[in-house]
Order: sequence, then structure tokens, then C-alpha cells
Amino acid sequence: MKLLRELLFPVIAVLVAFVVGGVIVWVIGDNPFEVYGLLLGSALTWPDGIGYTLFYATPLIFTGLAVAVAFRCGLLNIGAEGQLYAAAFACAWVSIKLGGTVIKGFDGSPIAYGWASLPAVLLVPLALAAAMVVGGAWGAVPGWLKARFGAHEVITTIMMNFIAVSLVSYFTQYYYKAPGDPIMESVPIGESAHIARLGSFVPGLPERLPLNVAFLLAILACVLVYVFLWRTKWGYEIRATGANPSAAEYGGINVRKQIILAMAVSGALAGMVGINEVLGYRYRYYHEFSASYGFTGIAVALLGRNHPVGVFLAAILFGMLIRGGIFVDAFSQHVTKDLVEVLQAIVILFVAAEALFRGPFSRFGLLKRSKV
Amino acid sequence: MLELRAITKRFGEVLANDHIDIRVEPGTIHAIVGENGAGKSTAMRIAYGFYTADSGEIVVDGEPRQIQTPHDAIRLGIGMVHQHFMLVDTMTVAENIVLGAEPGSAAAIDLTKALGEIRALSNEFRLSVDPNAVIHDLSVGQQQRVELLKALYRRARLLILDEPTAVLTPQEVEEFFAILRRMREQGKTVIIITHKLSEVLAISDDVTVMRDGRVVGRVKTKETNAAELARMMVGRDVLLRVEKPDARPGETVLSVQRLSVTAGGGERGLRDVSFQVRAGEIVGVAGVEGNGQTELIEALAGLVPAARVSGEIRFRERDVTRTSARERYELGIAHVPEDRHRRGLLLDFDLSENSILGLHYRRPAVSAGPLLDLSGIRARALEMIQDFDVRPANPDLPARALSGGNQQKLIIGREFGLGPKLLLISQPTRGVDIGAIEFIHRKLVELRDEGCAILLVSAELEEVTSLADRLLVIYHGRLVGEVDPRQATQEEIGLLMTGGGKANAE
Repeated sequence: MKLLRELLFPVIAVLVAFVVGGVIVWVIGDNPFEVYGLLLGSALTWPDGIGYTLFYATPLIFTGLAVAVAFRCGLLNIGAEGQLYAAAFACAWVSIKLGGTVIKGFDGSPIAYGWASLPAVLLVPLALAAAMVVGGAWGAVPGWLKARFGAHEVITTIMMNFIAVSLVSYFTQYYYKAPGDPIMESVPIGESAHIARLGSFVPGLPERLPLNVAFLLAILACVLVYVFLWRTKWGYEIRATGANPSAAEYGGINVRKQIILAMAVSGALAGMVGINEVLGYRYRYYHEFSASYGFTGIAVALLGRNHPVGVFLAAILFGMLIRGGIFVDAFSQHVTKDLVEVLQAIVILFVAAEALFRGPFSRFGLLKRSKV
Repeated sequence: MLELRAITKRFGEVLANDHIDIRVEPGTIHAIVGENGAGKSTAMRIAYGFYTADSGEIVVDGEPRQIQTPHDAIRLGIGMVHQHFMLVDTMTVAENIVLGAEPGSAAAIDLTKALGEIRALSNEFRLSVDPNAVIHDLSVGQQQRVELLKALYRRARLLILDEPTAVLTPQEVEEFFAILRRMREQGKTVIIITHKLSEVLAISDDVTVMRDGRVVGRVKTKETNAAELARMMVGRDVLLRVEKPDARPGETVLSVQRLSVTAGGGERGLRDVSFQVRAGEIVGVAGVEGNGQTELIEALAGLVPAARVSGEIRFRERDVTRTSARERYELGIAHVPEDRHRRGLLLDFDLSENSILGLHYRRPAVSAGPLLDLSGIRARALEMIQDFDVRPANPDLPARALSGGNQQKLIIGREFGLGPKLLLISQPTRGVDIGAIEFIHRKLVELRDEGCAILLVSAELEEVTSLADRLLVIYHGRLVGEVDPRQATQEEIGLLMTGGGKANAE
């Protein structure tokens, strides 16, 4: 019953969004049923549709979890974008430096970027750790600023986004780009840092699909975040701080510490996007790789009600929309993939405007808060 | 003036109002009493159009009326003042009053005209409210008068007041009652929802008693007394006075020397306070609210930043002035805070989660490493819920779903469960119904007799005088006297509370 109630509004919001989106499609001059058929059909074919849907969902699971953890502590982390940029670069940096990257210069002579060439068993964990630690640190700074000086995290995280993107682009451009490479990207990472694509061991899934082990890490992260928030004393303290800081203080909880901790955990989760991107997909740091994952993560967390299960489902939905949007763009008469953004926006509008629904529904006693 | 006939209202499973009949005569003050959850607020919300009754009839001035929305109610001359004020903090009194009923054209508000009307109303009922003052500069009592003005400005002839005195100091209650009497003289009708019997007897003409969604009694105030009303409300005989054996104090548990808290955050602060509490005694602190009680308790509990505290707090010979809230809790200092919604509870957390607040980081709440033992926590919460008679006895409900009295019992259960050596308890029965008050008082005396030292702060003078073995009086952040609660009269204590004391305890 409780689960049903939690699911009700997100599901209604999604359905309503699809209806409104359908009307828009019809007004533009396409057949809504065909467009939705295309959208969902292309996102759910096996293996390509599903493979890509899950691949697109992976970063959104991480950023959705990141936003959810911060939110449970009463914080709005707008900085997942910056955290994942910093983390992805750090992840690539470790994999280059300790992965023994060597490339050919203009004259054909090798240029060595790496210091050492570690085996995968050491390098992969180090690269994962680099992504999480740097992402976590990038999140902890605004947390500390809030705890120490009361600086609002919305402002500071946005600022940290600008810093991250600029800093990372500077390092890429001046230190880690292959000579003559016209694209803003780093040299490739060492091969031992590559993580497996799921196609390499899932029967029927071709290895060309970018879906990789990071997706499994995302599922694991959902489970661990759930355990962390609801089954440990740390999670209890974070949630208590978010629910009522005065009461948390009364319960002997160091509220400032929780703010920093929650932001660090949030940043670490956002940072894990770098694993999917760098170790599992492009095998290098590619600048501006993020399709606003950090910001879409806010929508994912909102739709998923800041719960790992909800975040997972919402991320899959958004992954489907991204995947299907490409096909809608290509194959429909008039509608472009902007439809996807319209759908996302409407979903969020309805989820955010939940109070609108609560009004009429509460009349039937469906969602009545007990009040006598 | 107003009649509810056979009103029935159901919320899901709960029958909040079961064929209730209430008849309010014009020009009277009518009290509706009952414990929390008896259905009195529901009935009045139906009269005001917040809820629609499932069946039954509302009769206004002899004619059956449909009241579907508060708008309908206002048109019929019915106004309501809620327990929690609905005022815009940053706007002036006049702006708040005209809000929603702005005079003048659609484009320009004619505030001058409104100002005149508000002044006239304020004078007529002697409310002494400055229409140009900004709400957040006003005291709670003044804000309440603004709410009254709001209803009067909308030409209300019948005013429904939901627990109006819950937020007022004893002095403010007196002033407030004087206003109500003047309103009655001017021909207004007043319905007052309350569960404080002394107030019912002091102000009302008629009383309707409700219990479990039904009307169980209608009496003239002159023809009844507190014991009878309490019996009707609870359904059994209630002990209104605390019965306790004499205290047998042991060694000194808490010793406070020249404790000061600098003012800040809207608080007055505390100046040079010294006193002791011994094992097995209840030391009461009487005073008008806002005279440093909050600072005193919070400083003792370790909730005031160390930079604001000076002086010395010794707990069982140990200096704890600089220790954290958690350390003090570990040592055996339990704390029942004055504001259970702000401090004492996580309203959106369920009862089991609330039952471990403050103890959540160690055994037995934690089983291994950082992991919480959820089933164990739930089992112990259920046990505590039963021991302390928290209703409904469901550890999975959010704390928000409980009535004030049950929330308080939950907090008390948690804090008593610690086996405290010292209990700091503030406003133990605020917003708590009679049955629970009796229960809480009995538990306090039991805890005292087990050898716990108790420091009790309460705005209810009757409560501190009947529970305390020694009584300290606080005024403007200083202790201005110590009296023997068995001998001192209410007048003597009242005088000390308002700064007119003869002796100074320091």
C-alpha cells in the first residue's frame, strides 16, 4: 500500500506527460501513436534498444542517487555536473599516468604520458577510487562552506560547476591532449584500465554496444545507497538532519558533519559517472561528454522520490526517452527529438506540482494525512 | 445562532463525527471541550466549510444553510481563528487584515479606508493593535488579536476559536478573556475549542463535551465543575491533583554555579544563575515564558554553543560545562524538550525510528559495525509504546500521525528508558489531553521516587506548584526567588514571576 502510494504520482505524471506530448505531436502534424510506437519500440528492441537504453540510464542512476542522498540531508546538490566532470578527468588522469599511455608523436617517435604501467587488478580499483574521491571532494567543498559559513549550497555548487568544467578543459587542452588532435579530448587511457562491456559475457548482447560494467556498479550503488540511508546509523543521522536539524542536534547529531558527509557521498556518486564514460565507453577523457547528466539527475531524483528504487526506474525511463528520441528525430515526419525534452519537462512539472493532484484526491480520502 | 444537527463525518476508517448536535445560543461564549481526537476541531471545520459533512444539517439563524467553503461561512457571518496563525510575516497588520477582502478597485487598494475601519474595530473591542505594525514585530498574543480583527473586519458575528490559549502566557490569557467578554457584550457569539478545564470554567456560558466523535454532554457552565467535565471527557474519574509522597532527596546531582547564557537569536539570555538539584527531588522553575527558561534547559542539555555559555555546570561532581549534548546524554542527562515538533521528534520518521533518536549510534540500536538492528529497534519500540500507552500502538506510523499527547508520551518513554540520573523536562503537558497529563505526572513522580533528579519547567503555574518539591522563580533571565510550593500562594509566586519579588535568592 505504501509502495503503491509512492508510485502513484510519478506514474500519473508520466502518463499525463505522454498524453500532453501526444497532443503536441498531433498538433505538429504527426500521428502520436506512430511516434510513440517509434519512441518506445526503438528503446526496447533486443539487443540494441535495450542495450543503449541501459547505457544512457547508467549516468542518470549515478547522478539521480547523488541528488537523492543530498536531498535526504535537506540539501539541493546542483553541482553533480561539476562533480562528475572533475571525477571523470581524475579517473582518466590516473588511468593515463598509471596505465602507461604511450602515443606516437608527429615524427613517429613515442611520447610517454604514463609514469607506470599497472596491471588491471590495481589500476581499475585506483581509477574507480580516483573518480569517487575527486567527485566526493568536489561535493564536500560546498558542504564545508555551508557547514562552516552558512553559504547556500545551491549557489556554491553552481559556482563549483563552472570551476570544474574550466579547470578540466584547461588541463586537457594544455597537458593531456595528443599533439595535433583537433578534438578536446585526452590521450587514451592505458588498456589495463578498460572495464568490460557487458556484451563480452552476456549472451546475445554484441560487444559493440557501449553498455559496460558501470551499469552493474550503478545497480550495486542503488543497493548500497539504500542500505546506507535506511540501515546504518550514518544514514539515520543524515536523514534526521534533513528531516529536522533542530531535532537532530537534540539527538546529539553533529549537523555540520552530516552536511559535509552527505555532500561528499553525493559527489562521490556523481563522480562514478566518470567510470561509465572513461573506463567503459570512450577510454579517454572527452571534454563536454556530459549531456547535462548532473542536471537531469535532479529530475531523475525528483521523479524517483529520492529513493534508490525510484531513481533506478526513473533513470531507465529517461534512458528510454534519450534512446527513442534519436529514432523519433530520424524517422518521423515532423517531430524532432526535442519531443523528448518536452516530455521530460512535462513529467517534472507534474511531479513538482504534485500538490495540484493532492487537492482533488484528498477529497476522496485517498491520500489524507490523518488529521482530526 | 448556530446549530449543527446530526452531523456525521468519516475519514476513511475513522468516524470523526458521529451524529453530533451542537446548539450555540446567540450572544454567548460556548466552549467545546474534549480530548485530542474527540472530533471537536472536525465539527468546527465543518461549520466553517473546510470539510463537508457526510450527512447532517447546519442551521444558521434558524435557517438550514449549505456551507461548502469558508467563503460561504464568512458570508453568513462565521469567522474562525486557527491554532496556527495564518498571517504574512513581512506585511503590516492592516495589509494582513484586508488580504483577500481588499477595499477599493481591482487596481488600487484603498488602505486609508481600511485603516479607519480597523482602528474603529480595535478601539471598540480595546484590542490595542497598531494597524501599521509589521507582523513579525508583534508578540504571539498581539498576533492573535490581529487574527480576531481579521474575522471582525469580515463582519463575523460568530467567532470560532481553535485552542486559542495554547500559545499564550498566563497574563495574555487574562487579557484575551477580557477581550472575549467585551465581544460578548457587543453581541458577538464565540465558540472556543479547548481542553483546559480551568479556562472553560472561567470564560464560557455553555459547554458541549465531546468524546470519541460523539457529543457526550451539554451543560451550563454555572451548573458544573472541573471534576464532572473531566469525567465526561475521559469517560472515567480523573485525578486532577497530583498525589505524591514527600520527597526524600539524596546527594546533589546537578550543581549550577553562576551560569550565564548571552542573549542571541531572539532569546533574552540567562544571567548568573546558581542552584542545585538533588537525587529524588523535583525542582520546578516557574516564570512567564521567554524569561530564560529555554536558555537554561538548553544550556544544561548542551544545546547552546559553548561560546555563549559561561559559569559552571557540575553533574555528579563532574564539570560538564564544555561537553557535547551526546556526552551529557551518555552520562545520564535526559531531556524532554519544550517544543516537541521542533526539537523532540522527527515528524516524518516512524515511531520506531523516533524511539532511538539520541541512542541511534550505539548498542542496542546498532547491531554490527554501522548497521542498525531494525527488527530489534521495532520490537523495543513496540514494548515502549505499550508501557507508555502511546496510541495508536503502531511503531510503523509516522510521528506526525499521533496526537500531541501521544507524541509527548513517546518522547517521555524514550527519555525515561535511558534510566536517567537527571531529567530536564520542559512544558511536559503542553497541548496534551487530560488523560495523558495524569499519566505523565504519575510517571514523573515515579521517576523521582526511583532516585532521579528532575528539573521541571512549565508555564502552567498549577503544574509546577503541584509537582515540584522546591520551586525556583525566574524573571528576566535571573532566578529571583525560591519558594516552598506547598506554602506559597499563587499570588506570591505570580508577583515574583512579574519582577515584583521581595527577596532575591542570589
